[in-house]
Amino acid sequence: MTAFGILVDYEWCSGCRACEVACQMEHKLPVGRYGVVVAQLGPWQIEGDHWQHSFVPNFTDECDLCAARTEAGKLPTCVHHCQAAVLAYGPVEELARKLDEKPRQLLVRPR
Amino acid sequence: MEDRGYTFVEHEKPLRYEEGDLTVTRGSAWTGPGCHLGCGVLMYTDEDGRLVKVEGDRENPFNQGRLCARCLALPEVVNHENRLTHPMKRAREMRGKDAWERISWDEAFDLIADTFLALRDQYGPECVTFWQGTGRDIAPWITRLAWSYGSPNYTVALSGTACYAPRIAGCRVSSGAFWLGDYSQQFADRYDNPEWNVPGMILIWGNNPVVSNSDGLYGHWVTDCMKRGSKIIVVDPKRTWLASKSEVFLQLRPGTDAALAMGMLNVMIEEGIYDKDFVDCWCYGFDELAERVSAFTPEKVESITWVPADKIRAAARAFAAADGAIVQWGVAVDMTKETLPAGQAISALFEITGNVDVPGGMIAPPSILYYAAGWGRELIPEEIRQQKKIGNDVYPLFKAAMGPASTDETINTLETGKPYKLRAGWLQTTNPLACTGPDPKRTLAALDTLEFIVVVDLFMTPTAMALADVLLPACTFPERDGIRVGDGVQRGESINKVTTIGECKSDMEINLEMGKRFNADAWPWDTVEDMFTFILKDTGMTFPELQENAPAYLPFTYKKHEKGLIRADGKPGFETGTGRIELWSTLYSMVGLDPLPYFEEPMPGPISTPDAYETYPLVLTTGARQLGLFHSEHRQVPHLRAMHPDPVIEMNPATAARYGLEDGDWAWVENERGRAKRRVRTTNALDPRVCSTDHAWWRPEAPAALEDGLFDLWNMNINQLITWTPGKSGLGSNYKTLLCRVYKVREGE
Repeated sequence: MTAFGILVDYEWCSGCRACEVACQMEHKLPVGRYGVVVAQLGPWQIEGDHWQHSFVPNFTDECDLCAARTEAGKLPTCVHHCQAAVLAYGPVEELARKLDEKPRQLLVRPR
Repeated sequence: MEDRGYTFVEHEKPLRYEEGDLTVTRGSAWTGPGCHLGCGVLMYTDEDGRLVKVEGDRENPFNQGRLCARCLALPEVVNHENRLTHPMKRAREMRGKDAWERISWDEAFDLIADTFLALRDQYGPECVTFWQGTGRDIAPWITRLAWSYGSPNYTVALSGTACYAPRIAGCRVSSGAFWLGDYSQQFADRYDNPEWNVPGMILIWGNNPVVSNSDGLYGHWVTDCMKRGSKIIVVDPKRTWLASKSEVFLQLRPGTDAALAMGMLNVMIEEGIYDKDFVDCWCYGFDELAERVSAFTPEKVESITWVPADKIRAAARAFAAADGAIVQWGVAVDMTKETLPAGQAISALFEITGNVDVPGGMIAPPSILYYAAGWGRELIPEEIRQQKKIGNDVYPLFKAAMGPASTDETINTLETGKPYKLRAGWLQTTNPLACTGPDPKRTLAALDTLEFIVVVDLFMTPTAMALADVLLPACTFPERDGIRVGDGVQRGESINKVTTIGECKSDMEINLEMGKRFNADAWPWDTVEDMFTFILKDTGMTFPELQENAPAYLPFTYKKHEKGLIRADGKPGFETGTGRIELWSTLYSMVGLDPLPYFEEPMPGPISTPDAYETYPLVLTTGARQLGLFHSEHRQVPHLRAMHPDPVIEMNPATAARYGLEDGDWAWVENERGRAKRRVRTTNALDPRVCSTDHAWWRPEAPAALEDGLFDLWNMNINQLITWTPGKSGLGSNYKTLLCRVYKVREGE
């Protein structure tokens, strides 16, 4: 069976946490439980005007890639609602090829 | 439906459809709760009509399916167990106590009408003051209510009308139009529209769009454009995430915006890198502007703003060189005391570089309907407005050009009874004690002088608990119908009712029914739907037709000033006295204000009040926006409160260490006026001399009664450090530039 995953272009993740709340609402997760959590890395100065300052969504064991949604032909809710449009859903093999296209990407396969 | 040249979006599904066990209804979002952007939403209701889920509408070009946390968690707000669900009254002597009596809507309307009409007969209609909060769907209806009652004293509940109004007023004064960044939002096909160009540069000034989503801007359009090649410059006291992605980051001292803009103008003019043709053809007063900014050399501006001179030069050059440049300015400009000259200087950046009504620059947005500043102005005689509106005698600009009364002068009037005594208040969708009002104890005492107060809101708030004699429950947007023409670039959207909570009524239903009792001729409609259809008549659509077909996009054209499409008389140019963009303002000159931009040291401040700076050695800026929270809303909504559970003061780790504080500590933030509690968060994003905090805090879980702390308001509200002090024009105030000291909260405090 084809494995599906999510490709994160974390160069543009603004840290808005819409993915976290979309997931909590879709899966009726109580406060404190997440299918995806955004981590903040920085800010700290690397050199001159070059600063480390990024956000990276991390997927937990609660993530089922929105199986019910994708069966109905919809996108996972985090991908649908991502404000910075940095999440892509698809077959891992296809997404893996896109890793070549630019740096600051992360491919995840939660299940 | 008549064809008025609007562009519509193809809908795959009807307005309402079934999906599994649920009914889905398309619509637009408009506070309350949440912000006033108007994202396209799909609202899911179950068989009992309960709102169970909200998704972004991918067909809507505005947000293209995306949503922020606040709309995603909407069902938790709408269905919250602490919503107000029926009208209540309380005896005046019981204000501040949890001593409410449930009443029917008829009793509530009759009680209010009897009281207001008796006051009008005895003292004249100006004795009632009408207050609104931020841009909840309210301005057309509350202005019509106030004006049809006969009172010119409608106002917004913050000092200096310091939110959006100064930027709009400043733009209109200098150019006869309002200017917005062109992110292709005026086109249904958005970034694919062939007329549009990707902005070369976006100058983000005093806002953090990816967090705050303000003033018609969907914040992530900025990142959409950056992915397509736009560069950015960021002006902010804090190194935001966007600042770290900028070409130039100008980390200024709060409140020195005017000096920074004048420094950039100085560079552009000295180096001759402005658009000389545009200035020659379309601007007035350039030589005077050049002379005014000539003293603002980058080195001098560095000493004022703490921004290095070479960065000021680099920013000016990069902005001037860009093919299409946007000034993306925010509320920080309004919340500077001398906001008009600051805004004037910042506007001049895009004006002298010719980024006026060009693709990827600044655009004058088309309007479907212009009623956001008030509907029914003709209902009140002009001489009453001129003579009786509070603040007109103090601020000539308010008399000449502003719809609302001055809120600062309204506070003075409440206290002094001069020029006449105010008797009653109508506070709709506003929470001045927790959110917008400086000096909340003074605000409370001033409003408490009113004999009779009506509050309309979604939840019990500190304002309602402390002051309301009658409290009316309002609908959230999924509980009501409405028109959403939008701020920023207007487009026809409708708000569509999908659910019912208790006996709540929409703001416009409340205003319609109340208005009929005040002045039936001014409110001839049987239902709000009839009222919406009446308003929409110029669009060729009825309200149901708008619901089916929204969103509707207006015809749009660039360079309207060249085509005679801006001025009412159809001539080329701008709608000003001189027909040009006035860098030297004839209207400011006429009302006794400086016609050119100027900088005034923020007061208090390290330079203006050095003695105070010794006692209060940190510059404090307030109002940092937080994900999940909209002003004083959302504190009782579990998933949103969890994103930001406590009010925070951000400071450099070195600053924290100097005052014996660690990340996560509770600290008092204090000046000579008062103090508020904040959780310390250390960050390298701030200069060690500056700290930043969020606003509008109260704790709905804390005891409610005034004698028990009014929801912990007196520990939480940072506005206790702020005064009612507007700028010279009456616009602008000092929410963003304070001095403070910080120290650890002791056990038991």
